[in-house]
Amino acid sequence: MTEMLNQKEMKVIVFQLMDKEYAISVDVVQSIEKMLSISRVPKTPSYVKGVLNLRGVVTPIVDLRARFGLAGKEMDDSTRIIIVTLEDYDVGLIVDAANDVLDIPVESIESQPEVVGSVEVDFISGVAKVEKRLLVMLNLDKVLEPIKRVTSDDL
Amino acid sequence: MDTNPYFEMFIDESKEHLQSCNEHLLELEKNPQDLAIVNEIFRSAHTLKGMSATMGYEDIADLTHMMENVLDAIRNAKIPVTTEILDVVLQAVDYLEEMVMDLAAGGTGKKDVRELVESLNRIEAGGSAIAVSAAETAATIVVEENSEKVELSYDDYEMTVISQSFEQGFNALEITVQLREDCVLKAARVFMVFGILEKVGEIVKSEPKVEQLENEEFGETFTVALITKEDANTLQGKVMKVSEVESVTITVLTDDYLANGKRAKEDEAIKAIETAIVTQKGPSVQQEQTEQKGKRNTGVQSGNKTIRVNIDRLDILMNLFEELVIDRGRLQSIASELHNPELNETVERMTRVSGDLQSIILNMRMIPVETVFNRFPKMVRQLARDLDKKVTLEIIGAETELDRTVIDEIGDPLVHLIRNALDHGVESPAERLAKGKPEEGTVTLRAYHSGNHVFIELEDDGAGVSRERVIAKAIANGVVTEDIARTMTDRQVAELILASGFSTAEKISDVSGRGVGLDVVKNTIESLGGYISIDSTEGQGSLFQVQLPLTLSIISVMLVELEKEVYAIPLSSIIETAIIQKSDILNAHNQKVIDFRGNIVPLVYLKEIFEMPEQHDESDEFQSVVIVRKGEKLAGLVVDSFIGQQEIVLKTLGNYLQSVFAISGATILGNGQVALIVDCNSLIK
Repeated sequence: MTEMLNQKEMKVIVFQLMDKEYAISVDVVQSIEKMLSISRVPKTPSYVKGVLNLRGVVTPIVDLRARFGLAGKEMDDSTRIIIVTLEDYDVGLIVDAANDVLDIPVESIESQPEVVGSVEVDFISGVAKVEKRLLVMLNLDKVLEPIKRVTSDDL
Repeated sequence: MDTNPYFEMFIDESKEHLQSCNEHLLELEKNPQDLAIVNEIFRSAHTLKGMSATMGYEDIADLTHMMENVLDAIRNAKIPVTTEILDVVLQAVDYLEEMVMDLAAGGTGKKDVRELVESLNRIEAGGSAIAVSAAETAATIVVEENSEKVELSYDDYEMTVISQSFEQGFNALEITVQLREDCVLKAARVFMVFGILEKVGEIVKSEPKVEQLENEEFGETFTVALITKEDANTLQGKVMKVSEVESVTITVLTDDYLANGKRAKEDEAIKAIETAIVTQKGPSVQQEQTEQKGKRNTGVQSGNKTIRVNIDRLDILMNLFEELVIDRGRLQSIASELHNPELNETVERMTRVSGDLQSIILNMRMIPVETVFNRFPKMVRQLARDLDKKVTLEIIGAETELDRTVIDEIGDPLVHLIRNALDHGVESPAERLAKGKPEEGTVTLRAYHSGNHVFIELEDDGAGVSRERVIAKAIANGVVTEDIARTMTDRQVAELILASGFSTAEKISDVSGRGVGLDVVKNTIESLGGYISIDSTEGQGSLFQVQLPLTLSIISVMLVELEKEVYAIPLSSIIETAIIQKSDILNAHNQKVIDFRGNIVPLVYLKEIFEMPEQHDESDEFQSVVIVRKGEKLAGLVVDSFIGQQEIVLKTLGNYLQSVFAISGATILGNGQVALIVDCNSLIK
């Protein structure tokens, strides 16, 4: 029963990177933080910004711009860190801005078009059209595959 | 029934009861006449049986039941305590342990126990069969049937209690008491009846409920279910003696009756509503029972009140607490700037209170080393038999407390050391007599606190380490050269047996062979931040001393600075810090080295290893170096500056960053920043 209901609408967090809007399910989002001081972790892929102290828990931080191969940007007042919880790990995502929370009808989600900007197609689970906005739905499991072995290829 | 919420509790408690069985069985072997010990074992077995039956693990319940029968025969002096019987019972406990462990690991907890059950049956057949059947016949006598009597319905828990009492030879009676219509003090009469019943047995249930009876919220009759050894007729007479009692009807409950009653209950739809009400109120009755049980138990066991807490919750508590400490630090600095006496006072108080809080939280993670030690007596008994040796194990200081994280890790190394002591240390009885030693060897396991460390010692009065044999083997294995061996002290020679690839056993035995040497023990202990040392006198015995940190979650580190970043280097790897002149740095095949007290020590430039984004040129004439070790090998870590020594709380980097080169974890500094902990072992090849 509840599954049926959930399937009609989906609550998402919308955030911005460059000029595009992305969406992830609210279920995986633990909190949204303002920029905190991050400690660099050496010998990790360049998109891993480091770790920060999130209320006593050391949490790794990924720069989504770097992960998607977009141009870097100075941190400013609107920069946010979205803390997401996947299976057995927590990761913070640096985004340009976290705009709002939306209920989007499930039928408005379409499978990804052949080419979506410069972001790797693997990372995208679909595209949602809500009124005039186009939201790119992220496949976080792919975006955040745990870094098991650090090899020189990753750097 | 969804048993999940109780599953962990069941596993924990089963382990405890099995451990208690083990201990008491070993005790019983020493004092075969002490029936109090048998009762103790019986109690544990009985509880275990009840628990596993309730949880639906029939195999465990059945095996425990068979074991219980044997124990019952022992305590009724029908069969004597012999080593053979104890062997079988101990094996039964072993099997039960395996089954429980299997359940804990997600298995079915099933195991082929036919052979064992047969041997248990054979033992029990020694003379107890008559007693059991006698109890059964007694239980089937129905004293009196009365049309007025109220039938009680029982929930699963009560059913289990009743059917268990049958197995113990108790009777379960349903007693319906009718008071006279003109009875004035109904509650007082109820009280008197309960008084009589409670003297002879245990009240399982009453209808109406006890509170209602106390408030006189009932008509003239009430019914009580009682577990007792008392004969129904005698009991009836006793209750009738209470004045204003009109009649007493007693029904003896049987297994069949219970089973039928249950079925009837399921059929009747109307009664279901009543049952729902009953179950709602159920907890109060159960609570009373547990309270009663609690009272009885406290008489036997210690009066400690404890609760089980998941260690993860303690970790969360610890994390939150650290946040508090960080905020406290900020408050302190604000207060010192503002010079407000009241604020200062409050901050000081807060500092004191949070300091106390910290030690309490740390203490909560401490558990006695007993939890590891208490599996050894049985192991030693078995090993001594396998090896045909006579050994007594003495345990001293089992109450010494250690952090849970350390406790979990030291079990295996200790098992290895004990196996080693029995296999290579203690000689065979004949050898011992020939040497003028008592036939029976003594192995002492000792634990004690000293400063910030816990020491665990294993001492035996066996053969000790033979200098010649060890040196011969070490030279043969290329561990040392002949020249060095000659200059080594006895202690150094003894410690050679900890070197990798070394085993003094001339042939690999089942006991300590296993393809791994003591070097594994040494590595495990060192990975815990501990040390192991050996003192041995040939012909007189050996002493293995293990030094462990109190907790793994707090370690001492040296904080160092690289550019603007702070790193922590564990003190356990640091030999010393030094400031060297650039001119002292030498080049040896593309590797910069220094001469450190006669040793050539390679330098590791942490800034290069950690790929510092911007590296300033060193115009400084002096460089700060931390000399670290991995086993016998040294390295000098070049850093910008030393910040100082500090106790830090160890944290992981989480599952996302599963292995980062040369970083073993992280910690949170007083200013809220994360500092990474350097893994010196991976920096030294």
